[in-house]
This record gives sequence, structure tokens and C-alpha cells, in this order.
Amino acid sequence: MAKSTTMNGEQPTRRDFLYIATGAVGAVGAAAAAWPLISQMNPDASVQALASTEVDLTPVAEGQIITVKWRGKPVFIAHRTKKEIEEAKATQLRDLPDPQPDEARVKKGKEQWLVLVGVCTHLGCVPLGHQGDYKGFFCPCHGSHYDTSGRIRKGPAPSNLEVPPYEFATDTMVRIG
Amino acid sequence: MSGPSNFQPKSALLQWTERRLPILGLMHSSFVAYPTPRNLNYWWTFGGILSFCLGVQIITGIVLAMHYTPTVAGAFESVEHIMRDVNYGWLLRNMHASGASMFFIAVYIHMFRGLYYGSYKEPREILWILGVIIFLLMMATAFMGYVLPWGQMSFWGATVITNLFSAIPGIGPKVVEFLWGGYSVDQPTLQRFFSLHYLLPFMIAGVVVLHVWALHEVGQNNPAGIDVKSDKDTLPFTPYATAKDSFAMVCFMILFAWFVFYIPNYLGHADNYIPANPLQTPTHIVPEWYFLPFYAILRAIPSKLGGVIAMFASIAVLAFLPWLDRAKTRSAKYRPLFKQFFWIFVITCIGLGWLGAKPAEGGYVIASRILTAWYFIHFLVVLPLLSYYEKPSQVPASIAESVLGKQPLATAKAKGSR
Repeated sequence: MAKSTTMNGEQPTRRDFLYIATGAVGAVGAAAAAWPLISQMNPDASVQALASTEVDLTPVAEGQIITVKWRGKPVFIAHRTKKEIEEAKATQLRDLPDPQPDEARVKKGKEQWLVLVGVCTHLGCVPLGHQGDYKGFFCPCHGSHYDTSGRIRKGPAPSNLEVPPYEFATDTMVRIG
Repeated sequence: MSGPSNFQPKSALLQWTERRLPILGLMHSSFVAYPTPRNLNYWWTFGGILSFCLGVQIITGIVLAMHYTPTVAGAFESVEHIMRDVNYGWLLRNMHASGASMFFIAVYIHMFRGLYYGSYKEPREILWILGVIIFLLMMATAFMGYVLPWGQMSFWGATVITNLFSAIPGIGPKVVEFLWGGYSVDQPTLQRFFSLHYLLPFMIAGVVVLHVWALHEVGQNNPAGIDVKSDKDTLPFTPYATAKDSFAMVCFMILFAWFVFYIPNYLGHADNYIPANPLQTPTHIVPEWYFLPFYAILRAIPSKLGGVIAMFASIAVLAFLPWLDRAKTRSAKYRPLFKQFFWIFVITCIGLGWLGAKPAEGGYVIASRILTAWYFIHFLVVLPLLSYYEKPSQVPASIAESVLGKQPLATAKAKGSR
């Protein structure tokens, strides 16, 4: 074998080509065989098919936060008070680690309704409502403080609480997902 | 595992077998005739104790799996069923749960012993790295095992730890969904964790074989940290090491039994007796005690990605230890400065463990940052500098001399027989 390889400074031989070609086909075959074994780990069809959630907002009083389940995760629906909305609007963007105006996080004309995925963007705990230094949300696990718009203000979380895709089916009915 | 054996079985049948599969010779040369340094102290008995721990976990685990149900609806109840209905289920589950803690107590002692006596140094680098791999596998196994009872701490521990991977830039969230098999920790997560929790101990057993193989290739380190030079420096494994290991193991079993029979929940967390609730996080999430130092490092860094990197780096740095500490003298016995820094490091680790259980606020965060910094300074600054500036004290000429003093071996023997 040593004679036929390029280590001796000779040109690649037909045998070198066959070694490499065989190895390459073997590697492709191994990868193809491994693919289903790896792919099965991803969310399956039944998990992906989880329907959207509809929530009736009439019983939610001003100042109240309810938690509903969507895709196995908690979703907060907060009926914000006037004061909370004003605080969220008055915040200067330069004070925010992840700058985003309050208007971009609620539906126009429905500013009292704040809909958030209730999962801390740090390591996935469920924050507590009406708590923390900004009276928005506070994550007890590692101390992230969110404001009344669910924006990160202090602590290890890198970004604002996520706003899920949602729409108002009627004035008092919200469809998440 | 240590060269050819001159072992000859007496019976004709065993001789016949031995010619075809020399397994008895392998056992004899590895665990009977194998030469061990004559100065080994009780800190060297933890290797055997760890094998015992792995055996206990595998045996009790296989039996528990006969009664456990890996479903979101059934997991918590099946664990209670094991505790209340299954014959001796309480014993098996307490042994398995306390056994995990015993395993980590033993492995931490084993690791600190290696650190103190320089067991990671040339020619034991691969032996040491295999040990770090075993430690990583142990952590993964213990983490997934803790998820299986599906209590509040199980669920939220799983959530927090899997979310560590969301810190990976770009693909992070996809990686986490891949680990979960969904959009949150749920049925697919529990079921795959059960499967992997069953698999990993056997992988640990495989790496343990490599670890022992490497050990028997290079020989054991010893409290003097010097190489074996003659037969006077060693004693046969059986009966000397066997007896010492057995005695230490029985003492360890007493401690183990005390936990199993008297305080089985002492090292656990009361919140894990509340069934998992995906909509409510417990006020204080704490991992099991053996993860606390690393958890403290994670929380000490005020950035998500930074915290995750620091936590993984705190374990990865161990693998580079043989190249960070270049001092020729192995044992801390003959390294006056290293010995002091070693104890400071032990206190640092215990301090981090204590802080990991405290809420992440105020003075605790500041203390965690100081100790985290010191943890890395110890490995990355102190050890490399000591390698060059420390003046070691006089190392004995041989292992025999370190045990028997300067007098020639013959007189020592004569004195002993008088």
C-alpha cells in the first residue's frame, strides 16, 4: 500500500481513488442511516398539530393576569390598568436592554390586553405577575425583572418576554396561535 | 491488564479453558498479583467504592424500571406505587436515590484525592481525562434520573437545564426543541430521558473499563507521588489492597445505610413530592446538592450565554489540568505552596456549593462572583505560576523509604520481627 500512495511523492493511483471513493460512499451511507435516528428526536406530527387556543376575556377584571396553556407552555393574558399602560409607554427606549416600544407589543386599540408567552427568556421558568422592581413580572429562578409591557429591565434574561401570534376573534375573544 | 500472567490454574478443566480464553489469568494479574505501591492510604480506596456505587445503581435501577411508568400521567404515581405497594420498593428506591448522592460523595473525594496527590500528571493524563468523561456521564445520568419522578423539581430542573442550550447563538431554540421533542418539557422529553437514563450507566461502565485499563498500564500514583522503582516499593493487590478496600467499603456502606434507612429524603427536596405543574415554577429552584457549585457559577455571570459558557468551562478546565500544572513534583506533600492553594480551592468549591443553594440576590451574587473568579484563577493562573516559582521540598528517594524511613529495608524488617 505504501508504494501506491502519494506519500512517496508519486501521482495518486487508481487504488487511492478507490479507497477515497469507497470511504466517501460509506460515510454518506452512515449519515443516511443516522438521519432517521436523529430526526425522530424533533417534535412529531401530533405535537406540531396542537390547535390554537381561544380565550374568552369577559371574566378578566382590570388589573388581573390569567394564565392559559398553549403548546404546553403558559401564556399570560394581562388586563392592564391605565397606570400600567402609561408606565409602559413612558419608558424611554434607551433604558431597555432589548428596545421595543409598548405599541409594538400590543394590538392597536387593545392596549389594555397584554398577551405574553409566560416563559422567562433566561432559562424557561414561569415569571410571577405584578412583582419585581418594575411591577410587571419577576422570575424567581434567577432574578429577572420585566416591566408592565413584559420587557426585560434587570437580571440575566437576554430578551423581552415573547409575544405569541394572536388575534382578536371578537372584541372579547382572543385566539392564540 | 498488566502484562502477561504466569497464572496456572490447578484443575485440568480450568487449564483447558484458560488456553482458549485466558480470563482467569487476566483477573489474577489485575486483581491478585497486581503490584500496588506499599504506601497507599485510605484515600485510594474510593476507586473500589465507586465501582460498588455503580453496581448498586445499575442493579436497583433495573429493578425499579420494572415498576416505573415513563408517562406524564403515570410517572409520579408509579414512584409512589413503588414506595407504598411494591415489595421492598421503598428500600430499592431509597437505595437508588441516596445511592446517587453516595456516588457523588465518593467521586468528589476521588477527584480531590487526584488533585492533591497530582494523579493527573505525566504519565496519567489519559487516565485523568477518562475520569473527567466518567464524571460528565455521571452528571448527565443523575440529571435525567432526577427528572423521572416528575415532581416539581424534576420538571423545572429539566426546564432550566435544557434551556441552557438555548444560549447557543442562532440555532439555540431549535436545539432545545430537538432535546424536548416538543415546545416544552413534556411526554416526549420524559420518555427519552428514561431511555437515556437506562443507557448511560452502561456507557459509564464501558469508560470505567478503559479507566482501569489505563490505570493498570501506567500504575497507581501514591501519596509520595514518586514512581515505583523496585519490588520493595510494592505489595500484591491481594490480600493488601483487597483487604484495605473491603474495610473502607464496609465503612462507606454504614454511611450509605444511615442515609437509606434513617434520612432517605435529607438530600432531596420537599418540592419534588408535588406533582409537576408546567404552569407554576417553585419559588426557589435548586438542583441536587452535587450540582450546586456549578449552578452557582452559572448564576454568577450576569449574561445568559456567559453563564452557560462559564459553567461548562468549569468542568472542561479539569481535562486540561495535566497541561496547566507543569510542576514535576506530583504530591502536595512536597509542594508547600500548592498544598495551601489546594485547601483554598476546596473551600472555594464548598463555598460555591453553599451559594448555589441560596437565592440569586444581593451579597450572595457578589460572593458567587468572587468564588467563581477564584475557581478559574486557581486553574488558569495559580497552577501555571506555581509550576515555575514554587520550590518543592525534598522528595524521598523511593516509596519504601517514604514508608520505612532512611534505614535500609533489611534493618527495618529485623526491627519489626524483634
